[in-house]
Amino acid sequence: MGALGKLFRTTAFKLTLVYLTIFALFAVFLLGYLAFNTQRLFTDQVTEVVNAETTGLTEQFNAGGIRRLTFIVEARSRRPGSSLYLVTSPTGDGLAGNVGSLPTGVLDQSGWTETVYRRIDENETSELHRALIRVSHLPGGFKLLVGRDLEERDRLDNVVLDAGKWSAAAVIFLGLVGGFFVARRVLRRVDAMTETTQAIMGGDLSERLPVGSSGDELDRLARNLNEMLDRIEALMGGLKEVSDNIAHDLKTPLTRLRNRAEEALRTARGEDDYRAALETTIEESDSLIKTFNALLMIARAEAGQARGNMVEFDAAEAARSIGELYEPLAEEQGLTLTIAAPTAVPIHGSRELISQALANLVDNAIKYSAPAAKAAGTPSEVVMTATTDDDHILLGVSDRGPGIPAADRRRAVERFVRLEQSRSVPGSGLGLSLAAAVAHLHGGELRLEDNEPGLRATLILPRSGPQTQPLADRRAPPDPSAAKS
Amino acid sequence: MSYLSLRSRLAKSPATGDALSDQVGQSESMRLLIIEDDRDAAEYLVRAFRETGHVADHAADGEEGYAMALDGDYDVLIVDRMLPKRDGLSVIGELRNKKIETPVLILSALGQVDDRVKGLRAGGDDYLPKPYSFSELLARVEVLARRRGGRNEDTVYRVGDLELDRLSHRVMRGTEEIPLQPREFRLLEYLMKHAGQVVTRTMLLENVWDYHFDPQTNVIDVHISRLRSKIDKGFSQPLLHTIRGAGYMVREGAR
Repeated sequence: MGALGKLFRTTAFKLTLVYLTIFALFAVFLLGYLAFNTQRLFTDQVTEVVNAETTGLTEQFNAGGIRRLTFIVEARSRRPGSSLYLVTSPTGDGLAGNVGSLPTGVLDQSGWTETVYRRIDENETSELHRALIRVSHLPGGFKLLVGRDLEERDRLDNVVLDAGKWSAAAVIFLGLVGGFFVARRVLRRVDAMTETTQAIMGGDLSERLPVGSSGDELDRLARNLNEMLDRIEALMGGLKEVSDNIAHDLKTPLTRLRNRAEEALRTARGEDDYRAALETTIEESDSLIKTFNALLMIARAEAGQARGNMVEFDAAEAARSIGELYEPLAEEQGLTLTIAAPTAVPIHGSRELISQALANLVDNAIKYSAPAAKAAGTPSEVVMTATTDDDHILLGVSDRGPGIPAADRRRAVERFVRLEQSRSVPGSGLGLSLAAAVAHLHGGELRLEDNEPGLRATLILPRSGPQTQPLADRRAPPDPSAAKS
Repeated sequence: MSYLSLRSRLAKSPATGDALSDQVGQSESMRLLIIEDDRDAAEYLVRAFRETGHVADHAADGEEGYAMALDGDYDVLIVDRMLPKRDGLSVIGELRNKKIETPVLILSALGQVDDRVKGLRAGGDDYLPKPYSFSELLARVEVLARRRGGRNEDTVYRVGDLELDRLSHRVMRGTEEIPLQPREFRLLEYLMKHAGQVVTRTMLLENVWDYHFDPQTNVIDVHISRLRSKIDKGFSQPLLHTIRGAGYMVREGAR
């Protein structure tokens, strides 16, 4: 089919055809209606004139007898026009008029008839004409015929028909040409878009679709696609950053591991040295495995893959359970851990993941506030809360540690980010990211706030349970003071 | 057919004083089948189990493993999830259909919660994600083998002069009652149920707390030291022992 075939297959062209058909049908209907009404109007007019003349002539006959009638009919017959007259005697002979011959029997019945005739001045071989006539039987056996030739009407019909034919042809021609050009224009723009998308698929993410100035649906589509490309480009950038971070944070301990092993090979003097080196090697690899597991879990939670295991459970009970798990550790670190979860907080979600997120928050709270508590020598507290507001379930952990400066809070939940001041504290640096990922999985967010002093981290989860939500909602936090959500 | 009566005690590995031989201290010899396609990993396991006084056979694919599990009389099957010819879960399912109730420990690179649930649902008795430490694997396999022996359904557990009543929830050391928090009670209950066996931190987290994740800080150690201060403090003979590099054990007699 080639280029033309492609053109005929376009939506624009198909639409043109549909409209063309509808329009043509409409035109046919309109013309038909016009022709019908014209004909009726014409017939009405003829009837009226013929009736008036018949009445007039009958009156003349009644007043002046057959002589007067023939005289008037004779006079009228000589006028040019399409009026027809005939007066016959009781024996059927023509007395006056301009009608030459008629089919037999036409005059026998009074009233209206459509018939054929010849004029009086035409011979036997000439063409028959059509006429609408009225026959009146007069007293004394005389018959009067008054009528009108129908040639005029037929001519009018022909005019209408011709007009119909020509306008139909014009409509179809113009429609096809119009459709062709519209389709070609659309096709060109779509082809331009296709070309760009192919370039993008080829790897050039910076390409953008051409957007026209008309603001039509294709422009809107192109603009939307461009916005989507912006998002994808941003996400790809984020992904690259993440993989750079992963590379950094996995390679650093791997390098350390390798260096230790190498050093042991080079310098170890005896079994004890080797043993010590191997033990640290195992410790290092264990922490690597932990980091790796956390990463996998974050990736899975962010991808929404863990939604299959969600059940109804009491978040307050889950918080108490985590609190109880960490309470001895807090005490050992010179902190008091209190749990304020007075009422049941039913939630639909993954108990395991929410517990893990809470464990990470408590773990962090203890880890970061313990040194301060020890230095000050006063007991400091970590408070866990499980409450609800109208739409949300709020699971909070607050501490009296150094907190996170407002400027750093957004960064704090990113994968692997450990703020400068916490470099000396052991940990994978994934605790907050993991909690944030779990919040996202449940359709909520992790919010970090100033506890004045200290940090308050809250998992804010919708009561209605996790819903699939557009990515855009997750990217921009509604509140600038909130953490990345 | 308790393995306790069937299996002859194999010679223990020479005491090298390392953590692993601490761990094998009191265990009976087990007969194990390892269905694992990675030959290196399988050979390592066979060697390690042999060193700890057990007998381990190896099958390299699902079909072979299934046939061997049907024929042999094993105490525990160690099954990798992803196997050539027939995947691990289907091997387990088929064995369970044939009423072979040998305890199964699933080893898998897939370590997320849902993978674990799938594995246990398929008929596995325990699930250990890779990479694992051998001491963890050994501890879990021993618990599975012992469970097969049908012990520990008693209502009262006794280790030395420590007594735990599972019905009245009372713990006595000698004549003295020891008050415990509910969770401490469950912790001690689990340890005493597996008295003489190594119980790892992960096993405690899974069975006492029902968590399957790794806390960043080792919270279990603090719970254990609290428990220890309640049951051992002030008594001449400690019963709750730390097994270096592996976990904990409740047992009579100091080492």
